[in-house]
Formats: sequence, C-alpha cells, structure tokens
Amino acid sequence: MPGERIVARGSRWDRLRSRQWFRTTAAGVLPVGWVVVFLLVPYALLLVQSLWRLTDTQELVRWPLTLANYQRLFGTALYPQTILFSAGIALRVTLFSLVLAFPLAYLLAFKVKRHKNLMYMAVIIPLWVSYLVRAYAWKIILGQEGILNGLLASLGLIAAPLEFLLYSKWAVIIALTHIYTPFTLMPIYAVLEAIPPNLKEASHDLYAGRLRTFVHVVLPLSLPGVLAGSTFAFVLSMGDFIAPQLLGGNDSALMVSNVVVSLFGVAFNWPLGAAVSVVMLTLVLLLLTAANRLERRFDYRGDTGRPGKTDALGAIVTESRA
Amino acid sequence: MEPAPRQVPGSLEPGQGRTIVESILELRGVSKRFGSFAAVDDLSLAVAPAEFITLLGASGSGKTTTLRMIAGFEALSAGEIWMDGAPIHGLPPYKRDINTVFQNYALFPHMSVWDNVAYGPKMRRVPPAEVTARVGAALEMVHLEQLARRAPRQLSGGQQQRVALARALVNRPKVLLLDEPLGALDLKLRKEMQLELKHLQTQVGITFVYVTHDQEEALTMSTRIALMRAGRIEQLGSPTEIYDRPASRYVADFIGETNLLQGRLREVMAGGAVLDVAGHLLRVRPPAGAVAGQQVWLSVRPEVLHILPEGAASPDTNVIQGTVEEGIYAGAVTKLRLRLADGTTLVLHAAPTGVAALPGQSARVGWPIGRGVCLAG
Repeated sequence: MPGERIVARGSRWDRLRSRQWFRTTAAGVLPVGWVVVFLLVPYALLLVQSLWRLTDTQELVRWPLTLANYQRLFGTALYPQTILFSAGIALRVTLFSLVLAFPLAYLLAFKVKRHKNLMYMAVIIPLWVSYLVRAYAWKIILGQEGILNGLLASLGLIAAPLEFLLYSKWAVIIALTHIYTPFTLMPIYAVLEAIPPNLKEASHDLYAGRLRTFVHVVLPLSLPGVLAGSTFAFVLSMGDFIAPQLLGGNDSALMVSNVVVSLFGVAFNWPLGAAVSVVMLTLVLLLLTAANRLERRFDYRGDTGRPGKTDALGAIVTESRA
Repeated sequence: MEPAPRQVPGSLEPGQGRTIVESILELRGVSKRFGSFAAVDDLSLAVAPAEFITLLGASGSGKTTTLRMIAGFEALSAGEIWMDGAPIHGLPPYKRDINTVFQNYALFPHMSVWDNVAYGPKMRRVPPAEVTARVGAALEMVHLEQLARRAPRQLSGGQQQRVALARALVNRPKVLLLDEPLGALDLKLRKEMQLELKHLQTQVGITFVYVTHDQEEALTMSTRIALMRAGRIEQLGSPTEIYDRPASRYVADFIGETNLLQGRLREVMAGGAVLDVAGHLLRVRPPAGAVAGQQVWLSVRPEVLHILPEGAASPDTNVIQGTVEEGIYAGAVTKLRLRLADGTTLVLHAAPTGVAALPGQSARVGWPIGRGVCLAG
C-alpha cells in the first residue's frame, strides 16, 4: 500500500531517478570526466603542439600542422642517442633493483616470521620520504667532501677524494636504484606471498631440494611480480629528470627527460619538446602493453586479481609521464 | 609380494594377540609440541606393508600433524620414525621414499597435467624414455591420458584429485600419505572416489596412510583405523573391531550413531555381569577389572535394537521398557525415539514397514546380548 502511494505521487525526477540507464550514466560521469579532463585532453594538446613549428626566428607557426619536429627528431643523431642512453641507465637501475628487491622480498615472504609487517614497513617507509630529500642525501654521501670519501680517506684507502662518484651516470644509477627499489619489491613480495606453501611442500615431497624447488616452482610463479616490478623501475627511471639534474653532472645532458626539460624551459622550443614527449610516451605505452601481455601469460591464477591491479598502476605510471 | 612373517620387537599389536609381518613404517613414541601444547603425544604405530591405515579423528586430534611428520614437513619433538628398517625422522622430505596427496591437491599451476606427473621422476633423474612411459602409465591408471596437455585449472575437482594421485603414485613410493584427499569433492563423487581409491590401493599394493575426519570414509576404505584423540591413539583396530567393539565411550560415540546407557553393575561373575539401567536388569560382558557396584556405560547401536512383540523374549535378548516419543521417517529406516524411566533417550532404527508403535505408547525394546558393549568410561 505505502509503496503504491509513493509511485503514484512520484515526481518526474523520481521516475527518472529510478531508470537504470540514468543511474549508470550519473555514476559514470565523474570517473569518465576525470579521465577526459586530466588525461585525454592534456595528451591531445601535447600531440597537437608537437605538430606545430618554431621558425628560426622563434616564431610559432600553428598552421598548417607539420611533422617537421619528428623529422628533426629522428634525423638528428642526438635524440635517438639520448633515448638509448636513458634506456641504458633505466636498464641498469632495473637490474640493480631486481638484485636488491628479489632476495629481500623472498626473505620477507618466506623466512621472516615475527615482525613481518614491521620489516615490510621498513622497506616501504622510504617511499614516504620526499623524493628530493632522498636525492639530496646521495649528494651528501657521494660528494667530494661527502661521507663516502671521508670514510675512505680516514681509513687510508684513498689519498685524494674520488671525483667520479658524484656528477656521473653512476651517481644517477645509485640514487634511482635506491628510490625505485621499493616499487620493484612490492609486486614481487605480493606474488611470493600468494604462492601456496603446500606447492613448495609438494615439490620437496617430489624429491626436489631447496634450489630445484626455487628454480622449478617459486621462480616461475613469481614472474608476473618480477615483470611488474621491472616495468615500474624501468619506466620510472627512464623518465626521471630530477636525479640526473642533481647528481648526473655532464651525463645528465644525455638523459632524454632532461633534454625535454631544457627544450621547454631553456630553449623555449615547446613544439620540439612536445614531439620528444610524444615519442617517449609512445615507447612507454608499448612497453607497458608488452609487459602486461607477458604478465598475463605467466599468470596462472585465472582472471582474478593481479592483471587488473597492474593496469591501474600502469595508468598511474603513464600519467606521471605527462 | 608378501614378505615372510617375522616378528619384530615392539611391533606387536597391543591387545590384538596377533603378530604382524615386518612393518614398513613404524612410529615410536612420536611427539610434537607447539609451545606447551602437545599436538601429538607419545604416539606409537606399526604399519604393515600394503596396508590401508586410516588416522581418524576430529579436528585438532593430531592426525594431520602425524602425517606431516611422516612426510617430513614437521620436525619431531620426541620419538623416532622408521621405514623399511631404517630411521627416517632426520631426513628432509625430498630424501624420503614417501609421497603425499595433499588436501587441496597442490598441483603446480604453471605446469600441464603431464609435467605435474613427470615432476617426481624428473627430479629423481629417471631417464627421459622411462619418464614418458611411467607418466603415461600413471595417467592411464587414473583415466586421464586424454587430458595430459591441460593445465590444472582447466580440470574439475575430481580430475585434479586424480592428477594429484597419479603425481604421487608415478614415483612408486613405499608409503603413500593422503591428507583428506576427498574433502573438497561433493558427496556423490566422494563415494565413487572412495571405492576407486580402495581398488587402486589393492591394485598397486602400496601402503596407504590416510587422514580423514569422516568416520564413514574410514570404515569403507581402511584395513585398520587408528582413532585419534588429543594427540594419542584412542583405539587401533579393523573397521569391524572399532565399530562393534569400541574401547571407550569416546570411540563408541565418534564412530556411527549409538545409544549410551548409564548403569550400575549389580553382580560380576565369571562369564558375565548384571547391569542395572533405570531399573532394568541387563546381561552384559563387563569391562576388564570391573567390580560390582561400579558405574559403567552400555553402548548399543540403533540398528541392533528392535521392538519386541508382547510375550516372553528369547533368553539371549536384553529387554528394556520405554515410551515412544516420536518416529522420524528417514528413507531406508524409520528412527524411533524412546524415553526410558530415568529420562534417558534411546534411538532405534526400524524398517519403515515394521513400525507399529505410536507416540505415547509404551514399548519393549530388545537386542541380542552380544551386541551391547559395556564400557568403563
């Protein structure tokens, strides 16, 4: 009875509100709008700007659209070189992060019984310290008057301070490894944690010792996490420009993100900067897609959980490139 | 196949009065303590070759811990485990000639069915040609040769269960451990697999140590059952012994349905005793060492009880008087609930056609003297 009355008295608005399509649309407006305004529109602007042109007299030509920037980009050895150089740096950061993160994740997942959360937090806490603080810390450690040189000198191991420590690509690699290792660790830890303990027991039961159990069971099952972690480390460090600027010295001029920064901020050649950005963005997207495909191939748990999560994180990574 | 019977010290079955052949697996005073809690408490057990022995018990009775100690996943706090004349409790699991079928199968998700089954032989460095032959034979044995290329997640629960079985049996272990292997299957499939497992065991002649909390499963499959309680073996015996001659109230109650009647022994003689239950005098075989005046329990299974017609009962029948409370139709039988004069309830299984008693009526219930078991506690 009361239900009937409400329907009979329901306003136009009430009737509209009860429609399924209306509800779906209303709920979708905010997230879709967010993505459009903050992701798609900026990228579209970037793409359009990369098709503009700056004349020799620094005049901006908006029309007609031209591929001149891309011609220049791929025609000069400098730009492909910086991309390769950055990829080389990123590759080394990725490898070092993996070497550090995998054993640590393994220990956390399988060996640490007590204070597990505390240990995990200890690994994650650096993420909450400002990026700049962490980068500057390496300046203090590696500098000519820095902690490392001081220590080596007081031990009598060196006569004069080592100059190659700071302001080189190695300083950048060390700092980036430090900064991005937690990102590598988290997905690896997550997959290792998810491996059912009885799979390791089953392997032992079937005559495989610790090493062979690791090679044949734990490692293959951890690949999705290793892949996700590597993607984080690689993509994040390839696009990084602050650490190279602070610690890279002359080598930083060869990092592609720093080139973009100087194109925008020093040379004021925004169209060319935009073109380099678009190329980088495309490369990163291709990489993420490939990593995602591979990860799905190695994911044996069906369609639940991880792939979706990686997609979301992948989107965040992509966004931070903009 | 059968080794020559040879008596081994310490492997005499307690209270069974028979020697068994040399045991293939022997637990001697095995204990497992977690802190101050003893999950397994001074447990001894000798398992004969080709035996199907079941560790039966409620959760927390220590049955799975015992199995994990035999497999090598759990270190012993005290005691020894011997297999085939050699101690194995110091060996890691991968050096024991024992394989396990895990509760949730624990199949390797990144390997095909074939690779799962081939894992053990490969790890033992069996020549590739023989691996192929053995895996093929093992898959054939569990009727899965068609699905060798599938991934485990593409299989049904029952099929995964068979893969787990093939993966263990392909290694031809001396002892196969099974940890509630049918627990995840639905009832009908479980019943089918029970029989199949039993046939398989007879066929391959491997010793099975089976863990379950399902008493019916234990009765169906085992040659012997070790009923566990609080880390100890409460009773060890064949399914018939456990069912028909429970050694304690706990066993009588745990296995199947039973009526436990409390009474006092009036007289204890050479051949038997007279028990007083709610004013009825019953003839029983007293527990060992019982004396007149002692409080004891009588366990009578519902299916041995029957309603007696008016008139005299045969001399080898115990008779008790009660009031019918209700009759519950349950398909194959009708369950009659009666109340005795002292308030005890008595459940009786009758053939549905043979039920004449109506609620509120008084009825005489009888059972053959030998079918009641008198228990001290």
